[in-house]
Amino acid sequence: MNQPTEKKNIWQVIAASSVGTLIEWYDFYIFGSLATVIAKQFFPSTNPTAALLSTLATFAAGFIVRPFGALVFGRLGDLIGRKYTFLLTLIIMGGSTFAIGLVPGYATIGFAAPLIVLLLRLLQGLALGGEYGGAATYVAEHAPSHRRGYYTSWIQTTATLGLFLSLGVILVTRHMLAPDMETSIQRFNDWGWRIPFWVSILLVGVSIYIRLRMKESPLFSKIKSEGKISVNPLKESFGHKSNLKMVLLALFGATMGQGVVWYTGQFYAQSFLETVCRIDFDQSRTILIWGILFATPFFIVFGGWSDKIGRKWIMLVGMLLAICTYQFIFRQFMNITDHASRTELVEQRKLLDDKTEGNIQTITSEVHYSDGAVFKEMVTKNKETGSTSTIYKDKKLDTGSYWTLVGWIFVLILYVTMVYGPIAAFLVELFPTRIRYTSMSLPYHIGNGVFGGLTPFIATLLTTIYVDNKLSGLWYTIIVGLVCFIIGAIYINNRIDPDVND
Amino acid sequence: MNAIKKYLGIVWMALGPVAIYYMIKTAAAEIAAKPVIDTKIQWAVFIIVFVPIAIGLVIFGWYAFKNEYQQLPESSKEV
Repeated sequence: MNQPTEKKNIWQVIAASSVGTLIEWYDFYIFGSLATVIAKQFFPSTNPTAALLSTLATFAAGFIVRPFGALVFGRLGDLIGRKYTFLLTLIIMGGSTFAIGLVPGYATIGFAAPLIVLLLRLLQGLALGGEYGGAATYVAEHAPSHRRGYYTSWIQTTATLGLFLSLGVILVTRHMLAPDMETSIQRFNDWGWRIPFWVSILLVGVSIYIRLRMKESPLFSKIKSEGKISVNPLKESFGHKSNLKMVLLALFGATMGQGVVWYTGQFYAQSFLETVCRIDFDQSRTILIWGILFATPFFIVFGGWSDKIGRKWIMLVGMLLAICTYQFIFRQFMNITDHASRTELVEQRKLLDDKTEGNIQTITSEVHYSDGAVFKEMVTKNKETGSTSTIYKDKKLDTGSYWTLVGWIFVLILYVTMVYGPIAAFLVELFPTRIRYTSMSLPYHIGNGVFGGLTPFIATLLTTIYVDNKLSGLWYTIIVGLVCFIIGAIYINNRIDPDVND
Repeated sequence: MNAIKKYLGIVWMALGPVAIYYMIKTAAAEIAAKPVIDTKIQWAVFIIVFVPIAIGLVIFGWYAFKNEYQQLPESSKEV
């Protein structure tokens, strides 16, 4: 095959893999992004069992079930091939996402509603657990050895771009349902939240069409024709010390740290801006969207660079920079959004609400500052005790502060591109073809689904235990990242495997 | 470097049980402070998920102590 044909083929392979993987990430993230709205529809707080299911669905199901998906579909992919397995994961993900958009609310069908949503969320997690290993393996097994990092890094952009797409679709839908914003948001909360789920089926349909036209991985076809397919990929992957030790090294020396950096730099950062800094809903998301837009090309930069200098140190330096600078950067978030550092324009203060319930009087005002920022101030007075508390929320930042935060988010996502860009090629090179899909999927989804996916929950939980320190949530990422850095630095070598055809 | 790899294995083997102990201790304190179903479920999930991973860390440490990581495999034949 000549070079232009090979190049055209690899781009077709990348497109087929990436589009589907991006859609799967989008499907997975819209559930998390709309968790508060979904909770009100399906898990009313008045019913304790329904509220419990809410905890399970949003907290455990999607993330923790991913490693099981990795085992189920990883095994399938090593037995029947990459192409059909990750076509199946796409169909399951698309179908369950579309179905979530159709399920009637608790008010209509009662307890069946949260049960169905929980089941569908489990299916999403299972499908995602099977998707990534297939997509990365599929591209890597087509790519030339000296450009494996570069070509697989295109798959690495899909998780962040899926997040970007989910934030964008939600924001646009939230604003377009009525001429005035308040009505539009009300309609979004009532029924418009279903639209992002329905949109998914169109995207999935296109991806399925593209993937149906793909050929099987040449390496898998080769071992199949030679009769060298694994009879029991699970046993070979995890039952033999020679491979199990590499699975453990991949987890504790790479994916564990990569997972916490990935989720801290994107999900926890957005959650921190919204719940700790109390920035306005739209701004907290558009800040992330801009940061993602500027940083995404660096997945390709670092993936390509890893082909020249090796994968190990790019990933580990990204991890080290993250754990050394997180406390400083998140403190900047708090400083930039603090009302105390601003000068109020007293004449522009507007009273929004003044209500009294029993002994408690709550006064809400709109406060304007000289730099252009507008905050909502809520003063709560206890008439009996005389105590007063003041919080500032729904903060709309001035232009300078807004873009400064975008800059810091860009830095956080830059760390993400360093730890994540080269990792697909790194994982593929660790394992032989016959058990590759199984072996690389499990450490990836434990690192990302368990360590990474639970980061926002664990970080928030830490702030409720160590209440005096708003940055205490970062200790989870810092400790996990530090252990991973030490293990990776000492035990992983920087060798790029020239031959994955084995 | 090989000696560092080997003897750090003892650290990883110890870190697993320490992490499990810390997790269970924190879970017990949190559930005692807030004995609602949500708290119990959350901490039960953390423990069920992280205990096998901590055991995996112990196994990793054992392999390191037994010199399994002195030379990483360079082809599938070695695996």
